[in-house]
Amino acid sequence: MKKSVFFGAMTVAALAAGAAAAGTLDDVKARGKLNCGVTTGLVGFAAPDANGEWQGFDVGVCRAVAAAVLGDPSAVEFVPTTGKTRFTALASGEIDMLARNTTWTFSRDVDLKFEFVGVNYYDGQGFMVPKALGVSSAKELDGATVCIQTGTTTELNLADYFRTNNISYEPVPIETNAEAQPLYLEGACDVYTTDASGLAATRAAFENPGDHVVLPEIISKEPLGPLVRHGDSEWGDVVRWSLNALIAAEELGVTSANIGEMSMAAGDNPEINRLLGTEGTLGEMLGLSADWAKNAIMAGGNYGEIFEKNIGENTPIGLGRGLNAQWTDGGLLYVPPFR
Amino acid sequence: MTTLSDPPKGGFRLSMLINDTRYRSYTFQFIALIALIAAFGYLGSNLVANLKAAGLNISYRFLGEPAGYDINQRLIEYTSQSTHLRAAMVGALNTLLVAVVACFFATIIGVIVGVLRLSKNWLVNKLMGVYVEIFRNVPVLIWILIIMAVFVAVLPQPREFRGDDATASMVLGSFAFTGRGFYFPKPVFGPGSMIVVLTFIASLVGIWGYRRYAKQQLFDHGRMVSTLWPSIGLFFVPTILMFFIMGQPITLDYPALKGFNFQGGIYARNSFIALTFALSIYTAAFIAENVRAGILAISTGQTEAAASLGLRPGRIMNLVILPQALRVIIPPLISQYLNITKNSSLAIAVGYMDITGTLGGITLNQTGRAIETVLLLMAFYLIISLSISAVMNVYNNSVKLKER
Repeated sequence: MKKSVFFGAMTVAALAAGAAAAGTLDDVKARGKLNCGVTTGLVGFAAPDANGEWQGFDVGVCRAVAAAVLGDPSAVEFVPTTGKTRFTALASGEIDMLARNTTWTFSRDVDLKFEFVGVNYYDGQGFMVPKALGVSSAKELDGATVCIQTGTTTELNLADYFRTNNISYEPVPIETNAEAQPLYLEGACDVYTTDASGLAATRAAFENPGDHVVLPEIISKEPLGPLVRHGDSEWGDVVRWSLNALIAAEELGVTSANIGEMSMAAGDNPEINRLLGTEGTLGEMLGLSADWAKNAIMAGGNYGEIFEKNIGENTPIGLGRGLNAQWTDGGLLYVPPFR
Repeated sequence: MTTLSDPPKGGFRLSMLINDTRYRSYTFQFIALIALIAAFGYLGSNLVANLKAAGLNISYRFLGEPAGYDINQRLIEYTSQSTHLRAAMVGALNTLLVAVVACFFATIIGVIVGVLRLSKNWLVNKLMGVYVEIFRNVPVLIWILIIMAVFVAVLPQPREFRGDDATASMVLGSFAFTGRGFYFPKPVFGPGSMIVVLTFIASLVGIWGYRRYAKQQLFDHGRMVSTLWPSIGLFFVPTILMFFIMGQPITLDYPALKGFNFQGGIYARNSFIALTFALSIYTAAFIAENVRAGILAISTGQTEAAASLGLRPGRIMNLVILPQALRVIIPPLISQYLNITKNSSLAIAVGYMDITGTLGGITLNQTGRAIETVLLLMAFYLIISLSISAVMNVYNNSVKLKER
């Protein structure tokens, strides 16, 4: 009897999993809430603030998508995921999209059957060491104990870098960023390595950030971006163009301050008009309302505003735009035209 | 007139499958088996269909591909260019290492605490009671994390051994206890050392043979032969003699601070020590209760009878109580050993690379083959657990009451 109940439950669970494969856009609309996978807490990218509200750069992307689809930037259920659980959470349909500084790699895109919809941060793996060690280059780290977050591309890059430079090291795998901090601060490891942006964010949370330096070597390319499940192109388009709208808005000079005025009526710039829905039917093509992009931008401002507010030079994290500047300013941000 | 009690012969009819009690149970068992196979078959085909719909498949090809990541504690040769299978084997050996060491210490601590808990000394008795209750009633994961945190925070880090004003120093110049782990001198076996090792093994056999002889003397002729001093002598003298005869072939490699870490010697990582320690003292609390139950199961008449024969309390425990108590202790002890092995999968909490950390952690992540790796993990733990059960059952059979 017990067995049959068990199998019944398993069957129901299996059927429910099968049903999740239907259109994600319709699911999100019907649910009235976007399930967005984020980190378990990385200040500046995704972490709850003192009031329990999620804040951060990746959170900004989630809110923009929620605003574009549902018209409400707060209609987001944030699902904290670790490096290990994130892909299973996305593949199983527990979350609709993953915005968790995840590196776009070939095997994740092709073999794991995900679709990276763009890049919201161009990053690279770096090393952080205490200043007291007197190390100025990663090549001097022979024999060092290195803390790594497990389940990320970083441990593969690390193995490759140390092997090609023929230096030895002792890896200490750590499950989350929060667990790595005390180990690094107590001195159980000499070096902490992760994406340079993550290092800056981690260092910002230290009591004495000035006692630690980030080494100049960047040992990998880490294009971080939001991703969705493979095979649901409509939903992929929605997330992709919501992100693109944020970047295009900065390029076109649309900010949260002037967007109200700009979206009142069609202006002189036809691309802004198409973006904000005062001209053309871009929203309809996506299956969204005409003011989808306006809502997305109003959620937290354009890309530049979200960047400056969460991780920019005036925040404790203090990251420069660098590669993440608009192409017109010598950066890599270059979105296809809205037409 | 004996034929009356004979069962009716011949004539098997189909209806007997339901009506005859001799066959009815087979019928139901067969139906249950078919239902079970059908249920698993349905789940399996459902899985395959859903994976296909998602464009995925079940494949173990990834096991032959390079793993690409490094593992800190390796009992066998492994580099980041080795295969995922090799990485899984490194993890499996790490799991077995921690399980064996933790089982060993848990048994010793458990037996001592279990016996002491029955002590007539009020303070000892209560202290052991407090230990058992505290460790049994807090989840083992919490203990692992607490011990690791204390370990890292309390012990000095290698940097504190450095410089002229070092705040920490090595014990006896050869042992370093750091927050990253313990460093011990490592024996280096030079040429001719095999003879020394063989001598040592031979002397162990000699001790065993001598004690057997002494027992024989006692049983056959009632003569007490002293065993303690000859045993100690046999243990040390031949090996030390051979060591010097062969010209001291075994030397020690002392750990020394070089660069960021201590180099040389044997390095027991903080994660290994914290995990082993936590598993040992947690499980020892359960074993202590098993031991106590086993001892209490022996009636007090046995103790009194032994005492009236003039046996000392220590001998009563060793010769009369424990051999009988083992019968009660061993079956639950098997499940405690299984618990240690399975609980060792919490290793990733302290960054110890057991099989859950390598195969079920990094490999799973890098390849995305969740179902395949989890199935492999289940098979591994199942095989290990069944093996432990089998070995312990053999031992249990050897100590259980022989009915003559």
